[in-house]
Amino acid sequence: MKTAFKIAWRFLTASKGQSLLIAIGIAVGVSVQVFIGSLISGLQVELVDSAIGRNTQLTVTARDRGDFVEDYQSVAASLEGAGLGVKLVSPVLDASGFLRVGQDDYPILLRGFASRNADGIYRLTEALVSGGALPGEGQVVLGLNLAQEAGISEMDTVTLATPRGSTRDVSVSGIYDLKTAALNSRWVLADIALVQAAFGYGDVASAIEMQAEDPFLADEIALKMGGILPENLKVDNWKAQNEQLLSGLNGQSVSSLMIQVFVLVSVVLAIASVLAISVMQKSKQLGILKAMGIRDGAASLIFLVEGFLLGIAGAILGVALGLGLTYAFTRFALNPDGTPVIALLVDPQFIIISALVAVASATLASLIPARRSARLDPMEVIKNG
Amino acid sequence: MDNVISLKGINKIYGSEIKTQVLTDVNLDIQDQSFTSIIGASGSGKSTLLNIIGTLDRPTSGSVAINGTQTTRMTKSALARLRNETIGFVFQFHYLLPEFTALENVLMPARIRDGRVTAEAMGRAGELMRLMGLERVQNNNAAKMSGGQQQRTSIARALINNPRIVLADEPTGNLDSDSTEVVYDILRDINERFKTTFLIITHDRRIAQKADRIIEIKDGRIFLDLPNQLAKGPEEQSA
Repeated sequence: MKTAFKIAWRFLTASKGQSLLIAIGIAVGVSVQVFIGSLISGLQVELVDSAIGRNTQLTVTARDRGDFVEDYQSVAASLEGAGLGVKLVSPVLDASGFLRVGQDDYPILLRGFASRNADGIYRLTEALVSGGALPGEGQVVLGLNLAQEAGISEMDTVTLATPRGSTRDVSVSGIYDLKTAALNSRWVLADIALVQAAFGYGDVASAIEMQAEDPFLADEIALKMGGILPENLKVDNWKAQNEQLLSGLNGQSVSSLMIQVFVLVSVVLAIASVLAISVMQKSKQLGILKAMGIRDGAASLIFLVEGFLLGIAGAILGVALGLGLTYAFTRFALNPDGTPVIALLVDPQFIIISALVAVASATLASLIPARRSARLDPMEVIKNG
Repeated sequence: MDNVISLKGINKIYGSEIKTQVLTDVNLDIQDQSFTSIIGASGSGKSTLLNIIGTLDRPTSGSVAINGTQTTRMTKSALARLRNETIGFVFQFHYLLPEFTALENVLMPARIRDGRVTAEAMGRAGELMRLMGLERVQNNNAAKMSGGQQQRTSIARALINNPRIVLADEPTGNLDSDSTEVVYDILRDINERFKTTFLIITHDRRIAQKADRIIEIKDGRIFLDLPNQLAKGPEEQSA
C-alpha cells in the first residue's frame, strides 16, 4: 500500500502539468455542482418561503362545515405541547361582512386573531405600511388595496356591517401590504373578541392556524395530529392543497439532480480517459515494476491512489472555486435595489457530499486504468524495448 | 554444486494461426554461483529463453525449476514474489523509473518486498552504489545520468534484494567499449563476492569469454555448450 502510494505520488508530481490539468478538470465539475446546487436550493427556499412561509401550513377546523372550534384555547395549548413539530399556533375567527364607508359597502373577510402568533405566521409587522402591529380593542388593520379603493387612512373610523345588518364602528390602527392584491383588498384584521362581539358569536374560533418547524413534514404532522384531535375537528396541510407548487419544486429538484449527474458523468469520463492515457505513458515503468516483482494488485493500486489523490485535489479546488463563484454571483448579479437576484443557499452538508462524491467518482474512474495496469504483461514492454 | 535453474523440454511457440517455434526442446541446467554467457544471432531465441527462465514468459511446454521449485503451476502473484526475492534482471535498456532518483530506483525491489525501506536495505543500497562508483550521483534523477551510470544503477537495483540469480540481457548493448569493460568487471566481481549466479546474453564474444561457461543458441536449440577453457581456445589461436 505504502509502496503503491509512493509510486502514485511520484508519478503525479513528476508530470505536474498533466496532474494539475486533471485536478482542474475535476475542480470545474465540482464547482459547477456546488454553484448549481446552491443556486437551486436558494431558489427553492425563496420560492417555498414566499409561497408558504408567510401563510398557515396546518389548519385545524371543525369537521362539519359552518361549525366552530369551541374550546379553541385548550386545543391550541394541547397542539403546542404535543411535540409534533409545530410553531406559531394561532386560533382565528373568520367572518364575512362589509366595510361601510359613506354610502359604499366593501365585501371583506374579517379575521379575528387570538394570539400574537398570527403576526409570526403572516409577518404582519413586516407587512405594515403604516401604524402599529396587531389591532387593539376596537381597532382593525386594513389592506393597502382596500384602503386606497375606499380612501381610508390610518386613524380613520370605519363601520363594520354583518350580513344580518348589525353595525359597529371601529378605528383603523394600521395599513398592511401582504403583496397579494386579493388579500390586500379583502382581509380586515382584528382582535378575536371584536369579531365575536360584532357577529354575535360566543367564545369560539373558526380555525386554529399554525406553521410546521419543517414545512415539508406538514403532511406527516397532519397525520399525527389527526390522532390527537377531538372527533369533531380535522386538520388540513399545505401540501395536500398545493400539489402544483409541490410538483414544481420536485421538477426543480429533479432537473438540478440531472444537471449534477451529467456533470459528474463527464468528470468521471474525463478522469478515466486521462488516467487510461497515463497507464499507456507509464506502461514501461509498470512493466519494469512487474519484472521486479510488484504484484498486479499493487500495480493497479497505483492508479486507484492516483485517482483518489486527484479527486481530493480536485474536490478542494472545486469547492473553493464553487464558493468563489457563488460569492461573486451574490455580489455582482443584483436587483436594482442592491439585493442579489437569487439569494443562494450554501449548505455545508451538500458541499461535503459533493466533495465526497467527486473523490469517490475519481477513484471509481481510475478502476478502468487500474485494471489495464493489472493486466499489463511485462513482456510487452521488455520485448518492445 | 546444486542447480539453481533447471529447464526440461522447453518449447515456445508464438502465434495461434501462424505458428512460429522460437525454442525447440531446450534442456538446460545452470549451477549455483556459476557465471554463464549465452550467445547467438538475433532471433535465435536467446532472449525468449532468458525471459522464460525469469518467469516473465511461460513456455508452451516443458518445465522450469528455479531454486528447486517448479514454476509452471505457480500463480501470478507467487511468480512476482519469486522474481522479487530470487531473481535480479538487467536489461539492454536500463529501464530505470525516470520519476525516481538513482538511489530510489535501486531501493525499489526492496520497497516492493518489504513495503518500506528498511535500514538494512538502505545500508546495502549504499554499499552497492559505492561498488558501482555511483555514490556521487545517487541522488540524481535517473534520467539525468550517463548511459554507463544508468546501466550500473540498474545492476545495483538487480542486486538489492541479494538474489540467487541475476539474468542479464545484453547489459552492455548500449554502452561504449570502456563502459562495457567496467560493467563486466563489476558483474564478475559481484559473482565472486556475493556468490550470485549470473546468466548473461551477449553479442560480444570477447565478453563471453569472461564467463565460466558459454552456451550458443541457434534456431531455438542449444547449439554449443562449452566450458570456458574450450571456448577460449579458437580465440587465442586466431590471436
